[in-house]
Amino acid sequence: MNRSCLLCGVGGQGTVLASRVLAAAAMERGLFARTAETIGMAQRGGSVVSHVRFGTEIYSPMIAPGGADVLIGSEPGEAVRNLAYLRPDGLAVVCDRAVFPVVAALGGGSYDGEAMLAYLEKRAARLIILRAADVEKACGTLKTLNIALLGAAVASGALGIPAEAAAKALAARVKPAYLELNLNALSFGAKKAGECP
Amino acid sequence: MGNEAVAAGALAAGVGFVSGYPGTPSTEALETCAKRSPGSVHVEWSVNEKAALEAAAGAAYCGVRALVTMKQMGLNVASDPLMCLNYIGVKGGLVVYVADDPGPISSQTEQDTRRFGQYARIPVFDPSSPEEAFGMIRDAFDFSERHRTPVILRSTTRICHSCAAVETGGAPSVRSPGSFEKDSRWVIFPKLSYNSKKRLVAREPELSAELSAYPGNALLGSGPVGIACGGVSCAYVREAIRGHESQFTVFKVATPYPFPEELAGKFLDSTERVLVFEELDPVIEDALVYLCGKTGRKKEILGKRTGTVITAGELSSGEAARTLDAVLGTNLSVPRADLSDAPALPVRPPVLCAGCPHRASFYAVKKAMEGKRCVWCGDIGCYTLGNAAPLGMVDTCLCMGAGITLAQGIFHAGNGSVNFAFVGDSTFFASGMTGVANAVYNGADIVLIVLDNSTTAMTGHQPHPGTGRNAMGGPAQIISIPAVLRALGVKTVLEADPLDQKAALAAVREAAEGSGVRAVIFRSPCAAIVRSAQRCAVDPAKCIGCKKCIRELGCPALAFSGGKAAVDGALCTGCGLCAGVCPVGAIGKEAAE
Repeated sequence: MNRSCLLCGVGGQGTVLASRVLAAAAMERGLFARTAETIGMAQRGGSVVSHVRFGTEIYSPMIAPGGADVLIGSEPGEAVRNLAYLRPDGLAVVCDRAVFPVVAALGGGSYDGEAMLAYLEKRAARLIILRAADVEKACGTLKTLNIALLGAAVASGALGIPAEAAAKALAARVKPAYLELNLNALSFGAKKAGECP
Repeated sequence: MGNEAVAAGALAAGVGFVSGYPGTPSTEALETCAKRSPGSVHVEWSVNEKAALEAAAGAAYCGVRALVTMKQMGLNVASDPLMCLNYIGVKGGLVVYVADDPGPISSQTEQDTRRFGQYARIPVFDPSSPEEAFGMIRDAFDFSERHRTPVILRSTTRICHSCAAVETGGAPSVRSPGSFEKDSRWVIFPKLSYNSKKRLVAREPELSAELSAYPGNALLGSGPVGIACGGVSCAYVREAIRGHESQFTVFKVATPYPFPEELAGKFLDSTERVLVFEELDPVIEDALVYLCGKTGRKKEILGKRTGTVITAGELSSGEAARTLDAVLGTNLSVPRADLSDAPALPVRPPVLCAGCPHRASFYAVKKAMEGKRCVWCGDIGCYTLGNAAPLGMVDTCLCMGAGITLAQGIFHAGNGSVNFAFVGDSTFFASGMTGVANAVYNGADIVLIVLDNSTTAMTGHQPHPGTGRNAMGGPAQIISIPAVLRALGVKTVLEADPLDQKAALAAVREAAEGSGVRAVIFRSPCAAIVRSAQRCAVDPAKCIGCKKCIRELGCPALAFSGGKAAVDGALCTGCGLCAGVCPVGAIGKEAAE
């Protein structure tokens, strides 16, 4: 069974780490995995996207539009920007905190994070929203937001990856000093996924 | 990652010398060689791609396997030695790993290295996945040694920067030192070149025949519709036709030059119609059309030339499915959701990071030259992002080092402006020094601003000759930029910390008033490599909500909410530039958490 997960956000939000952890978790399960990531100029505060695909027979590292089982958005506007990748019956896991681009701060355009969430409510078959304030309160920092979102996505069951595999993959990729922090974020996300209908 | 697979494959194939210059999407290949080198492998960041290739050729002359890494723009810089090297040939295998950038995502051009291979008559291997790249680099080394020719291993962003599970096998083998044997064959002369040219042309059919049997070149399936593809496009095609494979014969081309004509002939004869999916240039398409003409085959070849396949930008499995549906009337595409009712999305272009010293440098120059007619010649690096509003400090950007020389042309053309050239520290060493010599020698009147952030930042913080470190992380002799400038005859060489705006402005004003070549070196380390102990904070009681800090600096850590400026503590590095800009002193510094 092949699965695809698109992770998106703003450069610096840890999208690459989350995608590597997910791919490694899939490999823990004996599956073949591919990822494709945004690296280089585009990552400096720009929109970033990571594609993660795993299963038995995967050719393309990139997900086709309408092909993602799960869309993880570290930022609501970026989730909307990439919504076309999500399957009609797919799951979106999104953080509510809008990151205002410099151009919006300059007055070059308006940007309403709430409108993005409302649109996701309307268009995604399943939606889990993580409140940034809750993540910050529970984890002590927003730096592990990427892992909290991943925790929710994994716990939802939509990726067919058990939570232990994700935890094991995380342990292999995070410095020991930060592991507890990240594991907390992973379980916080899982807990929040459990609270969603 | 594909780049890591290339490095692991090269080490497993016994590479003894690795050189290159950073460039997205190629950089991680050399970094991985440095990380995984057993110690007996020489790994270096050269000052530019030309130096990298020439040094590698020297190693290959000694019988050592050599790998050179670069992006496609770098191949232009290395083209001088590359064109000649093929006439000379090699002893130890020499593979030039070149990463192309369809899109382009991080480059100035969409040039196709496969074309370069044809032009230079250098065999090109083109892997379709990271795992194929791992094995293919060994094949490339073997091929290089067997035919005494340099070989190009070409990949693209979605191979370089995509990860897959790759079995890398045992420890890298250790090589014995090389030895140079004196021989007239190493000296290029017209007579040698004439004979070599004949040999290079004559070998084409032989190499083509050998490559028709290369397992990387393959026919998959036996359906009536032929699809030819190369590189990552093979993956897109196979994904697009999944479940409908019986309708198609896929011709996977791993060696676009020399083209495997015998296998291509089989492909043409076994299919009714042919589509070609490839990114960048129609290289495979042209080879098939040429083969049809040469052999009198009548076959419709649909691709870029016929307007069937997109001529610029990246392909994807979705795009391949859409094109196949349009041509064949198949139903391979997944219907796309109609998201036209989505709320307006903010544009989010890449910007200079919060705390980036380049912002302070640009701002100082802008302020110092307010009201004066100036031209800002930019260059390649993070500081190209200085073009964006509100700084607007890049009027030209062409290629590595070109800002310094463009400014001279604008001066000599009689534009009457004060002509500034901005260059980063790594770019200065790569291709800025000759431009400075040219300016001094030819009497140009330019102000050179060296943005020295002590690293090659854009590509992920590689060391360069000014940093005191080498590719292996060991110590290296520091080459001083001000000393180089003085030695090149630049009489005014000023240095300032751009975060000290008063000193920075004074330096720019002093330089601007002079004549000839004047230089200001702005030295402050990249914000991404130093940990700051301070953060800025806005005192809401003092802030008058004028937005001057936001309007003038465009710092991503500054936002406006509730009628006041606000600093995002997670992004701010406490550079203090905004504190200096604030007209009412509402921004101060505090200790970071």
